[in-house]
Order: sequence, then structure tokens, then C-alpha cells
Amino acid sequence: MNLIALFRRRSSAPVARERLQVLLAHERALTGRSDLLATLQDEILAVIAKHFTVDRDKVQIKLDRGEKVSTLEIDVEVPSLTGLKVAARA
Amino acid sequence: MAKVVVVTSGKGGVGKTTSTAALGAALAQSGANVVVVDFDVGLRNLDLVMGAERRVVFDLINVVQGDAKLSQALIRDKRIDTLSLLPASQTRDKDALTPEGVQKVIADLREKFDWVICDSPAGIEKGAVMAMRHADIAIVVTNPEVSSVRDSDRIIGLLDAKTEKAENGGRIEKHLLLTRYDAGRAARGEMLKTEDVLEILSIPLLGIIPESEEVLRASNLGSPVTLLNPTSAPARAYIDAARRLRGELVEVVVPLERKGFMGRLFGRKVA
Repeated sequence: MNLIALFRRRSSAPVARERLQVLLAHERALTGRSDLLATLQDEILAVIAKHFTVDRDKVQIKLDRGEKVSTLEIDVEVPSLTGLKVAARA
Repeated sequence: MAKVVVVTSGKGGVGKTTSTAALGAALAQSGANVVVVDFDVGLRNLDLVMGAERRVVFDLINVVQGDAKLSQALIRDKRIDTLSLLPASQTRDKDALTPEGVQKVIADLREKFDWVICDSPAGIEKGAVMAMRHADIAIVVTNPEVSSVRDSDRIIGLLDAKTEKAENGGRIEKHLLLTRYDAGRAARGEMLKTEDVLEILSIPLLGIIPESEEVLRASNLGSPVTLLNPTSAPARAYIDAARRLRGELVEVVVPLERKGFMGRLFGRKVA
């Protein structure tokens, strides 16, 4: 182990502190709203369902928490293109 | 006016029971009438840490359900006569605790004692909520370690939502008790510092209890550390914390173990 690795190994507390600050900022915001993702999933599904039929299980929502920016990833699996046209026309 | 204190943490194994016993004994030593109440129904341990495990006849559940009188269930400490224990049941489960029953027991204890110190079970379920429900003051026991700090944050949220005080629009008094602290490791950046934990949890500090072999020795022998060895580092830290709880202004320092030359030579930890 070189000197830098030794130094890095020792200063784990600042990493712990930073991880906790980021995590708790989000957990506090979500307190009492633990169903936020489920709510989002329902509402997004309702909007999409106005235009074509999608399976509830085909809408995936992920939240990735960062210190400054969080990303909300919405993954909607739509029926094949022909199916979509039919659904969209209907 | 009696004070009801809950010693809580969310996470298990951080030192709730040890702290309940040590603070209870320290307060009783100063002349106050103190009862320590074990709320960990089904997994009681306060009796063992207090050295009263062979004297338990009736327990909290018996009193809550009206099968025994409060005076029958209370166990007077053999070392300090102003200290009593109300043990938890070992055979029942937490569902035996009814909100009305607990309220009645706490109200009766308020009449008899100056301090009612409730040792909460770990977790955030019914048992923990019952233990905190009627408290005036909460002591949040935290280790300088990520999972403990996170769980403490959660418990602080519950204290502000599920206690009687909070529901009536008041604010429950909350204090941080940092346990198993190693000042050397914190200084070397290997462990969260007191300031880090205070900044993250933003509740006032009641005390810092240094990591010490005396704590295990005390539980092995069935005595609160503040009674067994009052001059040891953890005992001095608990005694100071008890004084702060009474409202005294005591400067926070981390007491150090006084070790002789041989102790320093052979007492060094391997890890």
C-alpha cells in the first residue's frame, strides 16, 4: 500500500458525513411521502393512457439521488409501432 | 413536577439500556427519586444490566393489564434506595401494551417519582412509539456511525410526530447522547466527529460517552457503570450528562481513561 492509499483509507469519516448529508436531505423531504414514486407512476400512466393503452407494469420509474441534481428516470414500454398507430387513432 | 424521559435510538445495540441504567443511577445518586422502565416487551434486559434479574416477580404488562399493583411490580435497587426498576415482560409480546394502560402507568409513576426513564425497544414500531408516547424529554442515543445516525434521524422525525406533546402542538425536548465515541479515531478522520453528528441531526448535545471496557464489565457484573466505577471515563461522562439533564451547565469534554504505564503498554487494542 502506498502513502496516498494509506491517507485515503484513514479519512473515511468525511465520506460518511457527506453520504449522510445527501441521504438525509432526501429522506426528510420524502417523510410522509414514501409513496411518491407510486403516485408518480399512477399519474404518468394516466396521462399516457389518454393516448394509447399501456400495461401498468410497463411503466418503470427510478429516482437517483445526487447532492446537487437528482434524476428521475421514466421508462415506458409502448406496444409495437403498428399497435401504437391503432391505439393512437382510436 | 416529574419528568418523563425516553431513551431511544431506532437502531439496536447502540447503548440504550446501558445509558438508561447509568443515567438513572446517576440521577438517583444525587438524591432524586428515579424509576427506570423497561419497554422492551419480550426482550427485556434492563433487569439484567441493573443486576435485578432474579428479583423480577411482576412486570409492566401485569400492571398495564391490572393483574398486579404498581407497587408490587416495582423493584427497589439494593445499592441506592431512591432508584427503582419496572421490568418488562419476557413472555408476552408488544401487543399486550394498550395505549390506555400505558398512559395510566406513566401517570401513576409521575405521582411517585421525580424522574421516569423509559428504555425504548429498537425499531420504529409499536413498542418504540409506546415508549416515547408520554415523554417530556427524549434522549437519542447515537453511535458515530452512518447507520446509527440515519436511524436517529428517523426517530427524531417520529418524536416530532407521534408523541403526545407533538400531537398537542407542543415540542418534545430532544437531546443527543453520543456513545462508543473514540476521540482518537475521530481526530484521525476514521470516525464521524461530534460536530459532524450534531450538524447532521441538529439537536443539542447531552453528552459524549467514550468507548470503554468498563461498560462491558459493568453489564457483566449487573451494575450501572456509574455505580460500579464512578471515576471511570464512561461513568464521569454519564454523571455529567445527568447533571445537564437536571439543567446544570456543564462543559462537554470527552473524559479519558486514566491508564498507568503498564496499562498503556499492554492495554492497547489490536484493531
